[in-house]
Amino acid sequence: MSETVVDTRDLSMRFGGVQAVNNVNFSLADRELRCLIGPNGAGKSTFFKCLTGQIRLDHSHGRVFIRGQDVTGWRAYEIVRLGVGIKTQVPSVMNGLSVEENLWLSARRVGTREQTEATVAEVMQQVSLEAIARRLVGELSHGQRQLVEIGLVLAQRPWLLLLDEPAAGITGAEADQLVQIIHEVNRSTTIVVVDHDMQFVRMLGGRVTVMHQGAILREGPVDEVLADAKVREVYIGSRAR
Amino acid sequence: MTGGPTFGVGRIRWGWFIVGCVVVLLLPAVTGTNTPTLLLIWALFALSLGLMWGFAGILSFGHAAYFGLGAYTYAIAAMTVGESTGPLLLAIVLPAAAAAVIGAMMFYGRISDVYMGVITLVVTLILFKFMNATAGDAYHIGSVRLGGFNGIPAFPILNLPGDPSVTAFGTPFYYVVCVALLLCYLLCRWILGSFFGKVLIGIRENEARVELLGYSAPAYKTAIFTISAGMAGLAGCLFANWAEIVTPGVFSLGQSAEVIIWTIVGGLGTLVGPIVGAIVLGYLKLLLGQQTLIDNSLVLGAILILVVLLLPSGLLPALARWRARRDRASVSRRQASSTRRRRGHRGDGS
Amino acid sequence: MDYAAVVFLEILYMIAFLALTSAGLAVVFGMMRVINLAHGEFVMIGGYVTIFANRAGIDIWFAMLVLAPLVVGAIGLVVERLVIRHLYGRMIDTMLATWGLSLLMVGLVTLIFGNTAVSVTAPIQSYQAGAYQMGGYNLFIIAIAILVMLVLWLILRYTRVGLIARGAMQSADVASALGYNPQKIYMWTFTAGAALSGLAGGVLAPLTGLLPSSGSLYIAKSFITVITGGAAIISGTLASSMIFGTINQIVSFGSTPVIGEIAMLALAIVLLRLMPQGITGRFFKNST
Repeated sequence: MSETVVDTRDLSMRFGGVQAVNNVNFSLADRELRCLIGPNGAGKSTFFKCLTGQIRLDHSHGRVFIRGQDVTGWRAYEIVRLGVGIKTQVPSVMNGLSVEENLWLSARRVGTREQTEATVAEVMQQVSLEAIARRLVGELSHGQRQLVEIGLVLAQRPWLLLLDEPAAGITGAEADQLVQIIHEVNRSTTIVVVDHDMQFVRMLGGRVTVMHQGAILREGPVDEVLADAKVREVYIGSRAR
Repeated sequence: MTGGPTFGVGRIRWGWFIVGCVVVLLLPAVTGTNTPTLLLIWALFALSLGLMWGFAGILSFGHAAYFGLGAYTYAIAAMTVGESTGPLLLAIVLPAAAAAVIGAMMFYGRISDVYMGVITLVVTLILFKFMNATAGDAYHIGSVRLGGFNGIPAFPILNLPGDPSVTAFGTPFYYVVCVALLLCYLLCRWILGSFFGKVLIGIRENEARVELLGYSAPAYKTAIFTISAGMAGLAGCLFANWAEIVTPGVFSLGQSAEVIIWTIVGGLGTLVGPIVGAIVLGYLKLLLGQQTLIDNSLVLGAILILVVLLLPSGLLPALARWRARRDRASVSRRQASSTRRRRGHRGDGS
Repeated sequence: MDYAAVVFLEILYMIAFLALTSAGLAVVFGMMRVINLAHGEFVMIGGYVTIFANRAGIDIWFAMLVLAPLVVGAIGLVVERLVIRHLYGRMIDTMLATWGLSLLMVGLVTLIFGNTAVSVTAPIQSYQAGAYQMGGYNLFIIAIAILVMLVLWLILRYTRVGLIARGAMQSADVASALGYNPQKIYMWTFTAGAALSGLAGGVLAPLTGLLPSSGSLYIAKSFITVITGGAAIISGTLASSMIFGTINQIVSFGSTPVIGEIAMLALAIVLLRLMPQGITGRFFKNST
């Protein structure tokens, strides 16, 4: 039985007058690859932000545990310091700096100058960024910026990766590459991916958690969940409306 | 990469640096020391803002608050102590400490840029109004009367540490200011080359992302705000020595506006830009002050509007871009002519 | 009893003064998120227009209530077209450019009218209320402030023009999808804000001697009143005017007017730190 590394207890959050997250009890085992899916408005992103500390929690909202540590109310930078890598929904990178400089700033927090140079080189190879190493990130395409952000997050060698829509707006080839990177990293890292793209989720495999109206609807292996009638109804139903 | 990536901070152009130093050193022979001293003091003040604004993205609408605090702290301390070494240090430390408190309040409170602008503006306003109203014997610190809008005159000027009889006045004072500016410039260079400086530049680019990398942005911002205020305080202390009187005008909105204009015109994102901007515009202000037809406010205001509309990053970066375009054009011209020459020589294919 | 009435009226007057001088800035900030640091100079010019028009023989009421808003409104129109229009969305750049504008305007006015104070006598004299003297003109200012706030609220809430303007403020894209030109709306909104500032300047002209630098008296207080008030124009301005006006006067009574002002400024810092969205960002949300 592997260790539970992320655990939420009765997590609830009102957002914009709506109960966006409704008593969610979510748990994640060590080195799992979990996809969080659900139709628009299901509460996935709000839930994600509660985990990352981007939304400030207090104990009235429930509890979040990371590796047994109660991180409810912690700020994002404090959670990152536990060894968590966070990739946001909208690519958040440093546009005025080069790819290399972006990665350097990330790696330098956790390593010495020598280690940083080595880490940057490794990550650039891992995410295939060598060709654009010196380019200013602001000049890159959306898909390339997504990959740079993946690189940024990996450069700190986190043990837990939280990725919000990493496949949004990237090409088919980039998506294949991303799936490969995620599988490779998953060997040593626990990963949560929030996404809409069903094809991408299928390619990733792993367990899937379906959210609907702020609560967990279904959880299980990807094929089982996607074949589930209730899940299909929720997706098709909401699209038809 | 030796020493790590540069994060957009250019290396010192040693040619220009040496030329600049020589000019600054020999200037008094031509113009006397009175005006150049003032210009270099203003340059130091602008440098302090340029460091914080250009590289960490923190714009204070009331930076004169720390300039003024430095000036008044020096005046009061020097009159109380009778010697200048302690007061000089205090003139750096007190504004820095004030900035640490105000900065922490603002940055840990995670308020937006606009509200930061308002709060910094209000801080300097409070100081100005307060100092302006302190006329009369009731207002004093120790034995020093604050003097209201008349200010505090006749305090001891800088002397050699340990020997109060050797004072810096005229040319020696000019060289003291030169050394101060040089040391602060080198300090800024050192900061920007360090890991701390790189995190600041990252914060300027995308604060949220830098926080998501595990850095506490408020801590870094408070730190640079403190350093910048200390430098402004030093400039204020030197200004007090130059003027030999401190008045509430050092806290004025006008002074805050001027330093912003010097910095943005000279070039945001460079260290030399604010220095050059302060010297050029400061000199312009002094020239305009000698006639009454064209008001200084009018010219400064027009310049600020034009710069914001047309050259948002200032003169020096625009010049650099123009030079880069010209260089690229000449490189392609050179390539074209050498191709023609080559073709001419090898026209036969050999 | 008379003393209480006087204190009450003084506080009311301060609130009215803040509301009136901030109205123009509030409209522009609330509707367009533009911070016009030349607002104080708009007020000042309204005063100059009133005084010099009156000297040229124009009736003072007409000069302050009609001419000043028109002239300053026109100036606002020109400023919007030449400067503000290019900087939408860039709040800090707008603050810088309008700061430059305020310097420019002070310089121009000094050039044209010189640096000596100009003044005009108040058209209403003071009268006795019990044992204390009341400024009749101050009462007029209170009345005008109430009127301005009321008219503004009615326009925004109940007229088509107000609805269009509020719509554009919420979403420029939706407004243009409905066939309204957001650029035009912003232009007229800025002009209206300038006109309001001019009106305030005209009305306040008889109070003291006017100098080119008088704008600086208004900008700081209006600025913090508007920003602390938050996005809702009427309720925000009223809420912060009430808080600041009351504190200013109470502290002034206890010590000196300068300390009163400083107390107001210090309070502004505290409020902004505690409520970064302004008062109406926290309370009274969705009010006008």
